[in-house]
Parts: sequence; C-alpha cells; structure tokens
Amino acid sequence: MLDAQAPEESAAGEPSAVPEAGSAGREALRGQGRIFEVFRQERKGQPFQHAGTVDAPDERFAEIYAREQYGRRQESVALWVVPREAVTEIDEFPDEFEMKYRRVDGYSIKARLHEARERAGTLDMAPGGDAAA
Amino acid sequence: MSKRTDLLLAMADDELILGWRNSEWTGIAPFLEEDVAFSSIAQNEIGHARALYELAAAELGTTADELAFDREPEEYRSAPLVELRRLEWARTIARHWLYETADQIRLHALKASDDEAIAGLAAKMDREEAYHRIHAEMWVDRLLATEEGGARLNDAVDELWPYALGVLDDELRPELRARVEERLGRKLPEVAPVPRGVHEAELQDLWNEMTVVRRSAPPGSQW
Repeated sequence: MLDAQAPEESAAGEPSAVPEAGSAGREALRGQGRIFEVFRQERKGQPFQHAGTVDAPDERFAEIYAREQYGRRQESVALWVVPREAVTEIDEFPDEFEMKYRRVDGYSIKARLHEARERAGTLDMAPGGDAAA
Repeated sequence: MSKRTDLLLAMADDELILGWRNSEWTGIAPFLEEDVAFSSIAQNEIGHARALYELAAAELGTTADELAFDREPEEYRSAPLVELRRLEWARTIARHWLYETADQIRLHALKASDDEAIAGLAAKMDREEAYHRIHAEMWVDRLLATEEGGARLNDAVDELWPYALGVLDDELRPELRARVEERLGRKLPEVAPVPRGVHEAELQDLWNEMTVVRRSAPPGSQW
C-alpha cells in the first residue's frame, strides 16, 4: 500500500533512504516480509497458547525464528506458526437485548442470595462465612 | 597430548572461536529476528565448546574454563576459517554454511567412533547442529535467489574455500568439496588448504577481548 505513493510519502516524512519504490526493494531493505503468529504448547496435552509473533521473509525463516525465540529454552514442546493473514479476527458481538441467560455460567444468584440471607437474619450461617459476599 | 585430546581441543576451539565471531553480530544483524536467531546459534556453539572442553579437561586434569580462557593465543587449535573477522553478511553466511557443512562431515565420522564419550557427544551436538544447518541452507537459498546475492555468496565462498578445506583432515576433504560443488553447481579450484596450527592475525585481537575479564582478576578468583 505504501509503495503506490512512495515519492509523495518520502516528501511527507518517510525516510528518504528508501531506494526502490518496488515492494521487493523495501522488503530487502527491512529484511522482513510477513508477520507470523506463534502459539506454543508448554506440555503435551495442554492447549496451545499465543506466545507472540515473528517477523520473517517467508515460512522457512519464520520457522527458524520461532524455534529460536519460543523453543530454545525448552519452554515449549510444540509450536504452531501461522501467517497472520490466515487468522480471521472477529471482534464485534452485539448484545442489544442483554440476553445474559444464554451465558454458560447462567444467572448470577450471589447478590440475591445475600439479600435473602440478610432478610432471614442468617447471614453468619452461610457456608464459609458469607460476610464478604 | 594424546590424539584424542588434540581432536577435542581442535573441535572445542573451532566452536568457541566461531561462536565468538558470530556473536559479534549481536545487536547489528540485518534485522531484529535474525539478530536473535544468529545470537542464539552463536551461544549454542559456545555451549558445544564447553562440553568438548569438559571431556578434554577430564583427561588433562584441568577445567573447561582454564582451557577456554587461560591458554596463550598460539596454543589454540582452531582452524583459521573461524578466526577470520569478516563482518560482512555474505561472508558471514558463507563461512557459517561452509563450517556447518564441514562440521557435519566431521561429526558424522565421529558418531561412528569407538570412543563412546566422543561418539555420544558428537551425536548430541549433531542434533542441535541440524538446526544451524537449516538456518545456513535457508540463507544460501535466499542469497542464491538473486543475482547480487548469488554473486556475493560465490565471491565469499571463493575467498574462504582454502580455509574451509583446512577445517577437516585430509581424508574428509573430498566429501566437503563434493557437497559444496554440488550445492553451488560449479567446480571449485584446487587449492592448498589453510591448515590448523597457523593462526590468523585477527585471533590475537579476539583473544585480548575474550580473556580481558579473566586476566584482570587475581589468580584463583572465585566468581
């Protein structure tokens, strides 16, 4: 995207040392190409968790860089290395009607239980001493 | 000094000095990810050196630290290939690749050794060196993919070729030649190897820096 308007952008404060407008030129200059998301598994059977990213020219470099950054201290038994563009992000969740009953954790009855115990004067009999609730 | 100790020290010194040279890229590599990866590889080499020194130290009745840091520069058994200071990326990659290729041939021979300790350590090192080789091969591909990169790599290989031959004993050299020629798709000149035993001038500067802390402390200091 930057490449299309490289000359104007240079004038607008881009470092003027950028040699060629072509993307290959920029890539070579920065020595990087794509962002890869790295997930690591700490022990066999455990879920993979996001570890961070590597910035690499291609998959082969990404694999080596991920190995060196997230695996060399025996902190992982396996890694997933995924090009960022392969990840679909969903970040909009409309909840116009506050349909909390659909949540897997169900209704929150903690506050209502507390009120009921207060009314009945049995607050101190609650399991584990409900005083903090 | 036994032939065994001599072999262990030659390999250990190669790994220590190359690790040291490669670590000179820490903080100034072409880009950050490569900086991390190359520094990590450098550290692995120094780790290999330590394991090799320990085997030699057990035989000589000394310690790995004393072998690594308390000898005079001329006592090192490193190959001149690893001593050269070539802070230029194509040469660094050429040396890295030539060394890893030679080292693989050497380790392969040692894995078949009757000496269990040496064969075991060679196998262990080889499992880690495998990733150094992947890294080196990947860069060779990357440089060969463009005209300028290919020209620079080939020039660097030409310059370093006599040194690369010097890493190995006579009987292993033909295999190194065959592999390098096949990879580059061309014949390499018949040249006299630059053997172990003579040192490059740059080793003195490296040694001065490498041992400066060690030499600054009174003998027998505990760290």
